[in-house]
Amino acid sequence: MNGRKSFGGGGGGRGRTGTGTGTTQQGKDGQQRRPMFRRRKVCKFCADKIDDINYKDAKLLMPFVPERAKILPRRISGTCAMHQRKLRTAIMRARQLALIPYTSE
Amino acid sequence: MNRKYELVYIVSPDATDEQVADLHTQVEAIVQRLGGQLEKTENWGRRKLAYEIGRHKEGIYVLEVILGGGELMKEIDRRFKVTELIIRHLAVRVDEEQEVVERLRADRTEVSRRRRVARGLPPDRQPGEGQRESDDDRDDRFDMGAEEMR
Repeated sequence: MNGRKSFGGGGGGRGRTGTGTGTTQQGKDGQQRRPMFRRRKVCKFCADKIDDINYKDAKLLMPFVPERAKILPRRISGTCAMHQRKLRTAIMRARQLALIPYTSE
Repeated sequence: MNRKYELVYIVSPDATDEQVADLHTQVEAIVQRLGGQLEKTENWGRRKLAYEIGRHKEGIYVLEVILGGGELMKEIDRRFKVTELIIRHLAVRVDEEQEVVERLRADRTEVSRRRRVARGLPPDRQPGEGQRESDDDRDDRFDMGAEEMR
């Protein structure tokens, strides 16, 4: 949930907090003093040279469907467009076979 | 017309081993009758389902790799739909994707071989060369929590 905040662009994150002006101001100052360190995101599938994202491999797909079992967006996981597309079909197939949940609860 | 399909079906957990084997022979019979070929069979055994299907919490997974035409798969699909024992099935055509994957893989090894030769190295990786795999198992690229702590 908070993942979005920490990954949003430097300025963008502030608007979404929605708390009082005082705290927002503080957050801004903190950011100016010490710029947020951001690790460069790499596509897991490109880095590990995984060519086919297989729907049968639930272990591979699980990190991309956290808690609520929603598919992790690209902006957070850093997956490249091609692999995110393949990942999506793989997840949808795995869901049909009850290897991965549609929802939690 | 030769296409490759992967068929995964989930048999009800109440089924006996004979019933599972019986289903497999049924599939085999259909495949043979319609001029297909069974390439591989895998029994994944009893697995917990990610969600309940009907009243079942677990199921017996079976994978079959079939070479054949669309008519054959249609027939299997029709049969499975009316078979009570099968609680879920999925057939996916895989030949085209496999070709793409193989091409990608071949291209990559080719490129790396060429580069290695250009650097004056033998084309294939020698044992004990480069980074050891499994040396670095702290894959923190997706570690979202750590960044929030800061």
